[in-house]
Amino acid sequence: MIEALHYTFIQNAIAAAILVSIISGIIGSLILVNRMTFLAGGIAHSSYGGIGLALFFGLPIFLGASLFALASAYIIALVSFKQRHRLDIFIGLIWAVGMAVGIVFVDLTPGYNVDLMSYLFGSILAVSKSDIIYMALLTVAVLLFVHRFYKEILAVSYDSEYASLRGINAKFFYTAILMLSALAVVVAIKVVGLILVIALMSIPTYIAEQISSSLYTMMLKSALLSAIFTIIGLIISYQFDITSGASIILTSAAALGLFTVLKK
Amino acid sequence: MIWQTNPPLKKLLEVRNLNFSYKKDLVLKNINFTLYKGDFFAITGPNGGGKSTLIKLILGILEPKSGTVFLDEEIKNPVEIGYVPQNTNINPEFPISVLDVVMMGNGSKHKTLKSFFKIGYSKFEIECAKSSLEKVGMQGFLHSKISELSGGQRQRVMIARAICSHPKLLILDEPTSNIDINGQKEIYSLLKKLNQEITVLVVTHDLTVISQYANRVLYINQEGFMHDLKEGGFKIDNEGHFCEVELMQMLGEKK
Repeated sequence: MIEALHYTFIQNAIAAAILVSIISGIIGSLILVNRMTFLAGGIAHSSYGGIGLALFFGLPIFLGASLFALASAYIIALVSFKQRHRLDIFIGLIWAVGMAVGIVFVDLTPGYNVDLMSYLFGSILAVSKSDIIYMALLTVAVLLFVHRFYKEILAVSYDSEYASLRGINAKFFYTAILMLSALAVVVAIKVVGLILVIALMSIPTYIAEQISSSLYTMMLKSALLSAIFTIIGLIISYQFDITSGASIILTSAAALGLFTVLKK
Repeated sequence: MIWQTNPPLKKLLEVRNLNFSYKKDLVLKNINFTLYKGDFFAITGPNGGGKSTLIKLILGILEPKSGTVFLDEEIKNPVEIGYVPQNTNINPEFPISVLDVVMMGNGSKHKTLKSFFKIGYSKFEIECAKSSLEKVGMQGFLHSKISELSGGQRQRVMIARAICSHPKLLILDEPTSNIDINGQKEIYSLLKKLNQEITVLVVTHDLTVISQYANRVLYINQEGFMHDLKEGGFKIDNEGHFCEVELMQMLGEKK
């Protein structure tokens, strides 16, 4: 295993694992406390539409997926303000229509035999330098935003009606949290794939929620747990030659099982 | 008109000819009442009668279809109204400390460059939270995790949050709905104590409150009509909009 650290792709994978863990620790915590897990799941799947469009038009994949996910997040935010009780239907719609758009455009892309599996289940070993730069920029943006508006985000997440009475723009922050979730989900797709991304966002955060006394410590602990699970998952995937995304998720799930048993 | 014999009272809030509907049907029809400074005012009535809607209209969360909600200068500024919402929308497992809840929306809005990298509270803010908690009998819980408190304790923290900005009016929506009997009594005697300084407006089903604590009671029935029990006496109006059975039950319990 140690000799593997000399390979650039392994170094990139570890850097990506750490960056994505920081992002998903922070954003995943916000998703969990705002009970937005399925919203984020819908956005993750819909982003495949952006991947298909990006391939068809020859644009960078990250860009296509990010823009599509942002648009989905924005639609979901609008629906939650106007027709909250019908939200589940719109999540389902965005989920399926996004994927369908992706599949159609991948089909239409001439001569390009895309590896669908790498988007569905992640390809952390294929992370490039430019991917890491994008992840690093997003990490910095997320850290600055959450740090600057921590109290507002906390108030809106805990009790949005009260927050808006006290002059906090609850709709803005709710939309912002969804948009950041969309961007976080897109970078996490590279690591665990769009099917598994929601587990990466929710398992470490669920454990962290139970051992934290504030949202702030929950974010820190989630990021740390996420990094540990991702790296252990990577090692297991290297040793046994299995898909890294699935290995990371199963490691997290095993840890959650262990945590639940030990807690009793 | 008994209240006219007392010293002149200051109007804090006046609702006139208020109508409201979410869709087609009116939820509140022709509501009229006045809240005076120092009142312990209870709004009661059956579920789905529009009590919480009325609170939201007073707070300005909803806009009336017609009619007016007049707020005195004293409570024009939103920080002058303390609000304890119904807790149904709050995630009980949320990892948050009592301090964070009490300071919610009460901290300084302006960030200087120096405070940009600071996530905590100033000494002044912490003192303010401490004194609020003391008023509700929750001193010593400043750093406790809210999910580890009992229902009654949690509600006290919510009241501390509402009074942290020293409001002139305190509005509570079903403050004892998920609390055991003893806890309920404690909450209401706390409100009575706070009422020495703050005007209290409470939505409740609790008849003890209506008979023992409140000096005025409004009854809103399913028709959306409003009857001011103590001001207008316990008459049933000519059109029979008032539900007689409910009224008799209430009167029976009050003896």
